[in-house]
Amino acid sequence: MNNPITEKLYELLKQVGGYIYPNEIEIHWSILVVVYPYITGLVAGAFILASLVKVFNIQEVQSVYRLSLLTALSFLLVAPLPLLLHLGHPDRSFEIFLNPNFSSAMAMFGFVYAWYLMVVLLLEIWFTYRRDIILWAKNERFPMRLIHRTLALFSTDVSEKAVRFDKKVVKGITIIGIPSAFLLHGYVGFIFGSIKANPWWSSVLMPIVFLFSAIVSGIALVILLYMIITPFRKEPIDMKCLDKMASYLFYAVIVDFSLELLDFIHRLYQSEESIKILSELVMSKLFVSLGIIQVLLGMLLPLGVMIAIKLFRFDDELRKLLYFVSVILIQLGIFATRWNVVIGGQMFSKSFRGLTAYKMELTGFEGLFMSLFLLVLPLIILAIMIKILPPWEPEKNVEYLTD
Amino acid sequence: MMKFLPHLPEQLVRLLVVFGVLVAGMFFVRSMLPPELKDTSIHIQSTLDREAARPVHYAGSEACADCHEEYTIKKGGYHKNLSCETCHGAAKEHTENPAEVKPNVPRLREFCVRCHTFDPSRPTGFPQINPVVHNPLKPCASCHNPHDPKPPTVPQECQACHAEIARMKAVSRHVLLDCTTCHNAPNGHKISPRVVKASIPTDRDFCGKCHGSGAQMKEAPKIDLTSHGEKYLCWQCHYPHQPGLD
Amino acid sequence: MNRRKFSGKFFTLLFTTTFVGKLLHRRASADTKGYDPSKHYYGMGIQIDKCIGCGRCVEACKEENGVPKEPFFFRTWVERYIIKRNGEVNVRSIDGRISGRDREIEETEILRSFFVPKLCNQCDNPPCVQVCPVGATFKTEDGVILVDEDRCIGCRYCIQACPYGARYLHPEKQTADKCTFCYHRITKGLLPACVEVCPTQARIFGDSKSPASPLTRFKRMNKIHVLKPSLNTDPKVLYSELDGEVR
Repeated sequence: MNNPITEKLYELLKQVGGYIYPNEIEIHWSILVVVYPYITGLVAGAFILASLVKVFNIQEVQSVYRLSLLTALSFLLVAPLPLLLHLGHPDRSFEIFLNPNFSSAMAMFGFVYAWYLMVVLLLEIWFTYRRDIILWAKNERFPMRLIHRTLALFSTDVSEKAVRFDKKVVKGITIIGIPSAFLLHGYVGFIFGSIKANPWWSSVLMPIVFLFSAIVSGIALVILLYMIITPFRKEPIDMKCLDKMASYLFYAVIVDFSLELLDFIHRLYQSEESIKILSELVMSKLFVSLGIIQVLLGMLLPLGVMIAIKLFRFDDELRKLLYFVSVILIQLGIFATRWNVVIGGQMFSKSFRGLTAYKMELTGFEGLFMSLFLLVLPLIILAIMIKILPPWEPEKNVEYLTD
Repeated sequence: MMKFLPHLPEQLVRLLVVFGVLVAGMFFVRSMLPPELKDTSIHIQSTLDREAARPVHYAGSEACADCHEEYTIKKGGYHKNLSCETCHGAAKEHTENPAEVKPNVPRLREFCVRCHTFDPSRPTGFPQINPVVHNPLKPCASCHNPHDPKPPTVPQECQACHAEIARMKAVSRHVLLDCTTCHNAPNGHKISPRVVKASIPTDRDFCGKCHGSGAQMKEAPKIDLTSHGEKYLCWQCHYPHQPGLD
Repeated sequence: MNRRKFSGKFFTLLFTTTFVGKLLHRRASADTKGYDPSKHYYGMGIQIDKCIGCGRCVEACKEENGVPKEPFFFRTWVERYIIKRNGEVNVRSIDGRISGRDREIEETEILRSFFVPKLCNQCDNPPCVQVCPVGATFKTEDGVILVDEDRCIGCRYCIQACPYGARYLHPEKQTADKCTFCYHRITKGLLPACVEVCPTQARIFGDSKSPASPLTRFKRMNKIHVLKPSLNTDPKVLYSELDGEVR
C-alpha cells in the first residue's frame, strides 16, 4: 500500500526487542515534537531574563533587555511551525481555535499562544520601542521611515507624560508576562505529565522540570547571542552584564538539576512496575542522549565550570571562553532533555515488555534537515528584527531609552 | 486604569482600535463560516451517519440459511457453532449477487491445519493434530466432512484432543502408562467432551497402587504413604503427566 | 455616542451572542433509519480459555473495515503468552498466518500458555476522548468510541494517551483510527466481524440494555477482569480467565 511508510516500518521491526503492541512500531511524535518544546522553552527563558530587568530592577542586565525580548519574539513566531508540519492534517489546524475540546491540554495551545504573542510579547516590545521608533522615523528615508511609522501605528506623542505611561505599561505587562511565560511552557509539560498511560511522562514534576529547563536554555541562549553579536558590532562585552547573566544561569541550572535528580531518585525509590523497562530504556537506548549528553555534558560539566568561576578568580578572557563553551553545552543538554522525554517516552512499549527504535529521516517534513532549518529560522528572523528595531544604542544620533 | 479613563493616552487609543478591528474581524470571519465547522452536534451526527453507512462485507451466519438450509441444518457435530464465513470468507457480495460472486471454498490442507495443528498455547481439549504425520498430503475433506466433522474412526487415543498432555507424557517417566491407567473416559466423552467428563483419581492410595511401599510395580520409585507429603494429594506437588521434572 | 460607549456596547453584544449560542448547542443522537442509540449499550466479553489463536478475527477485521493489510496497523490483534517454569514470560503477536510452533521454546519448559485477543476497550472513562484537542473522537450514546475522520487533525495525542495501544494512524487518511465495534454492523443488528468469525466463541458481544444478552450470562458465570484497572479507564471489554501476566 503505502510503500515509503511501510518500508521504514519493516526496517524498524528488526530493531524491536522484547514485546511491543503491534501498533506501537511507529513512533508518532518525531523530532519536530522535540523541537517545539525546545523553542517555546527558549521563548519562556528569554522572557524571564528580560523580566528580571523590569520587575526586579537588576541594572547590570539592562543592556540585554531588548535583545531578550526580540529573541523571545523571533522564536515565538517560529514555534507553531513544527506543530503544523507534524500534523496529519495541517489544513484543519484551525479547528484547534474554532472547536477546542476544553478537556484537552493541547487545545490550550491556541489560546495560550495567542495571549502570549498578542497581549504580552508584542505589546511589551511595542511600548518599549514606541518612543524610539517615532524619533528614529523623523530622521529616516523611505522605506525605513514608513516601516517605523507603521510599527508605531502612526503615533506621534513623545511627551514626558506619554513616555511615563509607556514605562508603567511595560512594567505591568512584564508582571503578567511572567506567569504567562510559565503558562506558555508549563502547559507543554502538562501535555506530557498528564498522560497516565505513559509512566515515563506521567509525573507531577513534569511541568516544573520543563519550565526550569526552559529558563536555563533561554538564559543560555541570550548569553550566547550576546557573546556572538557584540563582537560583530565591534563593541566590548560588558563583563558585569555577562557575569550577572551567568549567575542567574547558575541558579537556574542548580534548581533544574535538583528537580531532575529528585525525579530520578523518586522513581528508583518507589520502584513501580515500570521501573524495569524504564531502567532498560535508560541504560540501552538512552545511554548516550541521557547519561552522556543531558547529564554529563549538559549539566554536570557546565555546573562544575560555573562553580569554578565562582570559587576562583579567572581573568576576563578565560571567563568568556568558559561561559561560551558552557552555554553551548547547556543548549545541547536541554535539547537532549527534550529528546529524552519525547522520543524516550515512545521507545518503550506500554506492555512494559519491549523497546522499539526511532529512525530519524534526513529529508522530508519530519526529517533532520527540516528541524535544523526550524532552529535556524528564528535566528534569521532575529537578524531582520535587529535591523528594524536595533536593541542597542543605534548608529543614529538619538537618545536611548533608559530607566 | 480608572485614572486614565478621563483622558486616554493617544498611543493606547491607537492600540485599542487595532485590537478592536482584529477582534471584530475574528467574530466576523467566524460568523461567515458554514455551520458544519462550528456546531459540534452536526459533526457528531455526520460521523455517526458515515460510520453506519460503511459497506458490510460479512453477511452473518443467519444470512446463509435463507438459501443454504441443508448446510445449516446438517451442520451438527463439532462445527455447529462456527459461522459459515469463518471458513468461506466474506460473503455479503455473494448474498447480493449469488450467481456471479461465489465465496471461497477452502480445499487445501493448510486451511484446516491453521486451526487444528498442534500448538502448546491452545486450550486443552481442542482437537489438534501433527500435520506432518497425520495422513500427509491427503486433503482433510476426504475423511472429515467440514459441515459435520466426525472423524472417520472414533479417536482411539486421547491424544487427538489432548495433544499437549500426550506430548508431555511422551517424554516423561510415565511414558509407558496408557491414559486409561489413571483416567476412565466413558464413551460419551468422545461425543460430548465438555458434558461427559473423564474421571480423575481421587485419593493418595491410587498413586500408592504403584508407588506405595509394598506395591507390585518394580520400576516405580517407592515412598512411605503415611509420612511422605503430609496431608497433600500426590498431584498437588507432582505433575502426573511429567513427574520427573518437578 | 462617544467612542468608549460604542465600543463597550459592541463588545457586550458580541460576547452575549456567543455565550447564548453555546448554551443552545446540544448533542444530537444518531437516529439513522430507525436505529435508536439510546436503547443500546454495547460491550464485549472475551474468554481466554477458548481462544485458539487462529487469527481469523484479525483477518476478518481487516477485511471488513479496510484496515491496511501490513502488520503495523491493527484494530484487533492476538497475543500469545508463554510462561516458563523459570518465571520468564515470553509474549508475541499472532500475525494471522498459520501459527506454527515456537521452535525456540522447549515445551517441557512451559508452565502456562494461552492466547489473549486484544482490541479497543471502548472505555467508559476514555483517556483518548479527554485529550483530543479538537473533539474529533467522542463517545456515542450506545457506548462506542468513534473518530470523526473529517475533523481529526492527526496530532496523535490520542494514540499516546491510549494505555492499550489500540489506536494507530491510518497511513493514507492520516487520521487516527481504531476498532469501532463494527459500528456499521451492530447498528443493523449484526455482530462485529471478529465475533462473527471466531470459531470457538472466544469473543462474546452483548448489549447491556437488552433484556437477554450473552454478555449478561458471561458476567454472571465468570470472574471478570479488565486490562490495567488501576488506570481507571473503565473498559467495556471484559476478560474471563485473564492471567496476571497479561498487560
